[in-house]
Amino acid sequence: MTAAMLDALAALLTVQHFLFLCIGVCLGLVVGVLPGLGGIAGLSLLLPFIYGMDQTSALALMIGLLAIIPTGDTFTSILMGIPGSSASQATVLDGFPLARRGEAARALSAAFFASLIGGLFGAAVLTGFVLIARPILLLFSSAELFMLTLFGLSMVGVLSGANMIKGVAACCLGLSFGMIGAAPATGEYRMDFDLLYLMDGIPLVIVGLGMFALPEMVDLLRSGNAIADRAPLGRGWVQGVRDTLANWWLALRCSGIGALIGAIPGLGGSVVDWIAYGHVVQTTKDRENFGKGDIRGVIAPESANNATAGGALLPTLLFGIPGSGSMAIFLAAMILLGLQPGPAMADRNLDVTYTIVWSLALSNVIGTGLCILLAPGISQLTAIRYPLIAPFMMLAISFAAFQATRSLNDLIALLVVGLLGVFLRRFGWSRPAFLIGFVLANGAERYLYQAVQFAGWSFITRPVVLVILAVTLLSLWAGLRARPGGAVTVHTEGSVETARAKRLGPQIAFAVVALSVFAFTLQQGLKNSFLALIMPVSVAVVGGLATLMLLWALARGPESAGTANFDSEAKASDLGPWPFVLWFAGFIGVVSLIGFFAGLLLFFAAFLRVVARSSWIQIVALTTSAAVFVLVLANALNLVFPGGLLQDMYDLPWPFR
Amino acid sequence: MIKIRRRTAMLGSVAAGAAGLARPAIAQRAVDFSGRTIEWVIPFAEGGGSDVWARFLAPYLSKYLPGRPNVIIRNVPGGGSITGTNEFFLRARNDGSTFIGTSGSTQFPFLLGDARVRYDYAQMPPVLVSPTGGVVYLPTRHGVRNASELGKLKDRELVYASQGATSLDLVPMLAFEVMGLKVRHVFGMRGRGEGRLALERGEATIDYQTSSAYLTQVTPLVQAGTAVPMFSWGVLDANGKVARDPTFPDLPHFVEAYEMMHGKKPSGVAFDAYLAFFGSGFAAQKPAMLPRGTAGEIVAAYRKAFVDAVADPDLQAKKGEVLGDYEQGVGDQVEAMYKVATTIAPEARAWVRDYLSRNHNVRFN
Repeated sequence: MTAAMLDALAALLTVQHFLFLCIGVCLGLVVGVLPGLGGIAGLSLLLPFIYGMDQTSALALMIGLLAIIPTGDTFTSILMGIPGSSASQATVLDGFPLARRGEAARALSAAFFASLIGGLFGAAVLTGFVLIARPILLLFSSAELFMLTLFGLSMVGVLSGANMIKGVAACCLGLSFGMIGAAPATGEYRMDFDLLYLMDGIPLVIVGLGMFALPEMVDLLRSGNAIADRAPLGRGWVQGVRDTLANWWLALRCSGIGALIGAIPGLGGSVVDWIAYGHVVQTTKDRENFGKGDIRGVIAPESANNATAGGALLPTLLFGIPGSGSMAIFLAAMILLGLQPGPAMADRNLDVTYTIVWSLALSNVIGTGLCILLAPGISQLTAIRYPLIAPFMMLAISFAAFQATRSLNDLIALLVVGLLGVFLRRFGWSRPAFLIGFVLANGAERYLYQAVQFAGWSFITRPVVLVILAVTLLSLWAGLRARPGGAVTVHTEGSVETARAKRLGPQIAFAVVALSVFAFTLQQGLKNSFLALIMPVSVAVVGGLATLMLLWALARGPESAGTANFDSEAKASDLGPWPFVLWFAGFIGVVSLIGFFAGLLLFFAAFLRVVARSSWIQIVALTTSAAVFVLVLANALNLVFPGGLLQDMYDLPWPFR
Repeated sequence: MIKIRRRTAMLGSVAAGAAGLARPAIAQRAVDFSGRTIEWVIPFAEGGGSDVWARFLAPYLSKYLPGRPNVIIRNVPGGGSITGTNEFFLRARNDGSTFIGTSGSTQFPFLLGDARVRYDYAQMPPVLVSPTGGVVYLPTRHGVRNASELGKLKDRELVYASQGATSLDLVPMLAFEVMGLKVRHVFGMRGRGEGRLALERGEATIDYQTSSAYLTQVTPLVQAGTAVPMFSWGVLDANGKVARDPTFPDLPHFVEAYEMMHGKKPSGVAFDAYLAFFGSGFAAQKPAMLPRGTAGEIVAAYRKAFVDAVADPDLQAKKGEVLGDYEQGVGDQVEAMYKVATTIAPEARAWVRDYLSRNHNVRFN
């Protein structure tokens, strides 16, 4: 075993292989920094080049890319308040407030150092467990997976914002949205309005961007200033590393959580960061600062998300079962390389496994080094007036959004979810709770149905199920036990004191809309056969009751409503988010007429002239650079941009096609 | 009999297709794609089986198309591959610059008469058809050692972990139905891998894996004595008859297994329905087509290129996991195999629709 490990290291350290590893790391950094683009887009970019490469080079390239995305995406999450990929959503919660008060350097160095710990931990897990993991992974049947989704949902307990009832309602709203499309149990369609686009549900990347990126952009645009209100980066590099070292036990625990959740086939890694974040809140005594810039809120998700890759490779290599979307592409690439994953990866092909392990470890070290080198440069962005950055962000998130199905529908879905995100934020409905519900909806329903079908309702007495149930209850208790004088949950949408409204009309209207969504879920759920009916109906009932309780509280008037009364626009004196939401809607409108590329050029020019008041020279320079950037990327991905009415009528040359 | 009528109809239209193809090919100028980029549309996301298949073949196609054009893969995912295929069928340019590769999951909604389908396979000229196969196996603890002992299971309820009633797992569903096995289908698996895991955990009690997954994942179980192979789905020979899978020459195919169990050949409308979906899901699973109305000489150039590509010694050496040992449908065979993949007798279709809506609450609107 030791000899095989050293051989694999020696093979990897030849100039050619090492070069490919570095290329992978650099690409991973770029893909990670671009909001919304993650492992799926990154590996899709590489796939055309993989075929024909030698195995070690190709593995080094791909692992280099995969390993470093959750490190690179931290930049965007901390500096811009927009998740750089779905792995770093929770980092935004505390990382962005830190950046806004000038502590970006500290937040970044703590995050990078935690990422390094997580990445190395993941590589160690892969090394240690690849020989013995098979029977352990087989312990997790659909019953256990169902309990794990419940465990994930229990994180809503600490992420429900100022008001618990609203948190539960937001989570149920997320679950409802997550159930759009085919029922995993029977394939019956629900809430799909007979649209082919909704058949597979709303893509996760679009929900992530709509929930977090769009509301944040609109908010920053309203202030009109740069992101950082003080020196952009500030000092604190050493402080950040010290922070992580001081919390070494937390970083290790969260790495363990990341590797474990990643390793269980079927759960996927998209909630790892939230579970780690929930964990740190539950296990901390002084939790007043979470959501306002607590460094531990950065360390926890960042150590967990880098450890996920090491864990997720276990089922991918041993069973050929991808734990996530990016692992599915990794698997395909392995087959193109002539490698068939299976039991042999822990036996005859152990050298391949160790090549992967070393690539994982090395790329984490190299990537962390690169991130630290690049940080001062990249963080200068936060000193630039936001209206100059906004069109680039718009470009990046719409580009990421239409990776989902490559059509205009993706952009429309982004707008709709983004609008919902703006409202959730305004009325203090926790967006993290919504997202957790959305991500886990499919798994919860799928595994409940399967568990009941395989084992009957007695699945609840299986030993591992009982253990997970106990952990879930413990986690709920840890999150909810009262703190003398302290806040119970994290204020995900800002403080309730500053958002107390005198006029309750808008809030009540929004709650009524939510109630009608639950009514619709109920009606659509009841159309299904029994086992496909349980989840939608329970979600609709719980969500509906929570919303009714909220309405009841609001009905008692602005003062007696207490924490239920939340409207961050209550004291706003401007036009609210609407002018900027209209800009985005206008962009999509133009795209639907003249196609994405032409629409983009027009949008850039108009936005920079009207909102940012740029000079024409600046406009030409910025628009050209955006065009070049998007063309290079689209060319590499063989993309045809979403077309509009114009494209329907005329056959234009690429990129206008 | 339905079977005979279907075969004759098939032969008739093959002849018509070939004749239609031959006429324009003589008169017109030579096809040349030099300096062009050809898009191979795959209506699935990156990393799926069809994506791997196309990416593997693309460089060889590029090598043999006249003028050596650049062949790139364009993924158009969404709507369970209906979206991308609809769009291709309605909008693709028929100048040879783009063609599409689909899979059983695209053919099944078409065969079932799904209302969301806008494409018509009959109008698109095929240029390649790739078959695949699979093996049905059981855990050893049933005490069934081979297909002749399958009768022991007649009164036992078996559990199959399925991807869905209208997914590719419709083929095993119909096979078990024809065989007379009592099988409960648990839906919602994402890929056959999860089904295999369910069997390894003891939750599922019957399973099948595609050939390459069977070789790498199930063979170790068979060697360890925990699983035992029953039968392969088989392949279709030149006469359209089910024959043994070249990957598993020692294993009986489905029809043989039926005979071993029941002592007679299978027949009837259920068996016809099974044959249609078996053809579309396995024996001719992945067809590649040009857009409707493509000129005959372009079709001929593509067919020739695929004949040469498949014969390429480098491809033959590397095809391993991706194409397996199956004979690719190219040249003269392509029309016949394409028919198998994309046609079903009206009676058989009606029977399957009725079966699915009665037993699995599938709605056809």
